[in-house]
Amino acid sequence: MALYSEKVMDHFRNPRNVGVIEDADGVGEVGNAKCGDIMKMYLKIENDIIEDVKFETFGCGSAIASSSMATEMIKGKPVAEAMKLTNKAVAEALDGLPDYKMHCSVLAEEAIKSALEDYEKKRAEKTDAQ
Amino acid sequence: MIYADNAATTRISDAALNTFITLSRDTYGNASSLYTVGQRAKEALEQARADIASVIHAEPREILFTSGGSEADNQAIRSAAVLGLSKGKKHIISSAFEHHAVLHTLNKLEKEGFSVTLLPVHEDGLVRPEELEDAIREDTCLVTIMYANNEIGTIQPIRELGAVCRKHGVIFHTDAVQAIGHIPVDVEADNIDMLSASAHKFHGPKGVGFLYAKKGIRLTNLIEGGAQERGKRAGTENIPGIAAMATALKEAIASLSERAEYVAARRDRLIAGLSAIPHSALNGDATKRLPSNVNFCFEGIEGESLLLLLDDRGIMASSGSACTSGSLDPSHVLLAIGRVHDVAHGSLRLSLGDDITDDEVDYIIKNVSEVVTYLRGFSPIWRDLTAGKKPFIL
Repeated sequence: MALYSEKVMDHFRNPRNVGVIEDADGVGEVGNAKCGDIMKMYLKIENDIIEDVKFETFGCGSAIASSSMATEMIKGKPVAEAMKLTNKAVAEALDGLPDYKMHCSVLAEEAIKSALEDYEKKRAEKTDAQ
Repeated sequence: MIYADNAATTRISDAALNTFITLSRDTYGNASSLYTVGQRAKEALEQARADIASVIHAEPREILFTSGGSEADNQAIRSAAVLGLSKGKKHIISSAFEHHAVLHTLNKLEKEGFSVTLLPVHEDGLVRPEELEDAIREDTCLVTIMYANNEIGTIQPIRELGAVCRKHGVIFHTDAVQAIGHIPVDVEADNIDMLSASAHKFHGPKGVGFLYAKKGIRLTNLIEGGAQERGKRAGTENIPGIAAMATALKEAIASLSERAEYVAARRDRLIAGLSAIPHSALNGDATKRLPSNVNFCFEGIEGESLLLLLDDRGIMASSGSACTSGSLDPSHVLLAIGRVHDVAHGSLRLSLGDDITDDEVDYIIKNVSEVVTYLRGFSPIWRDLTAGKKPFIL
């Protein structure tokens, strides 16, 4: 289909980093079923490096592809760098998205930020407890 | 490859294509011209009009050729509104799940001061004649209710609805785009005053359709210009398209009952197979539906990704999910029959071709089942549902 780029179709057909991390250091979920897109991100972080990342997505082809691409872009990266990931960068890495699908890349950015915030929150709680 | 999107459009039949080519190549004259090739074109035009009229039990002069179903819907509704206005009647009744060609025209009329009542279609996707009767007012000038729904295929009790309109002297229009050529349609027996049809839904060419308007109903032009179509639709007639439409319709009608029986048996096989997928549901009544139409919701997944993966497996279908419509809302049809947003996003419409086989049906069942299971495997909604964090809807 010409609706999506080859890269979107590749990440949609063979999504990277699909699944769950049971003892995740940070979990983020964004979107809602009413609009037809939900993304959930799981992060495993050691020494401020994102050692592992997994996602689950309910949504269209570009939502799944955006989640997949976003996880690839932050895996192995320092937390500070992952925080800077933008939806534009995700869409560009996918060789573009149709205009009305740009919100899928926004969700991917928000899901990662939400998971990172969860990580920071948990870390702050741990520090407080100590 | 299995083309299961015949409600979107159909492949032109060989006979219709032959008619189209012959008329384009040999009978290319303008029907308004006096010389022979023009008059031959005129004869072909009037022959097509007579053929189409006889198929739906109308008179030739009651058939107006248009560019398709949308134009016919627009002109029917506009015409009835103009007639209503001349008598001070400004109320129109329709249903909640009409085609946008009807709903958007009604929206415009509302802005022009008309009031519109949309009848509910209930969980089974059917309008109730008694609810129509309750909704009719002194100032009702038009009732417009589709013959069969384009998404869920439910067939309305048209004859009964038409009878209610006759009783109250209200013009009754039906968008029969999905019905004509697939189920019997008879404007006289069905009490229909106006009817819209489109050729490409019954193996005719695209860009051509017709409006039936009962004698005595004065039509209002959408397109001004020449005197074609008794002055009610200007523009040189699309004679190859019109003649090919007549060929396709005659062909469809000749084989209608045996085709309907054959396809409906495959439809029921498909419905039975897909019903075995957990947390799925058929949309619309199981029997009062077009022979070719199957429409399901699958909980926990989204329709567009389902369509893309089915396309990879050689199955072409459609969905009422928001992502396939380019808006944030899923199909108004699914919402009208009471499906909530979460579930409406996971819909799949399969509209079968006349040559569908049992093997192809089984292939569709197997692949839909596999793809739904695969997508549920990484759906956060499905995880919450199966973990008991949220109750299943289906």
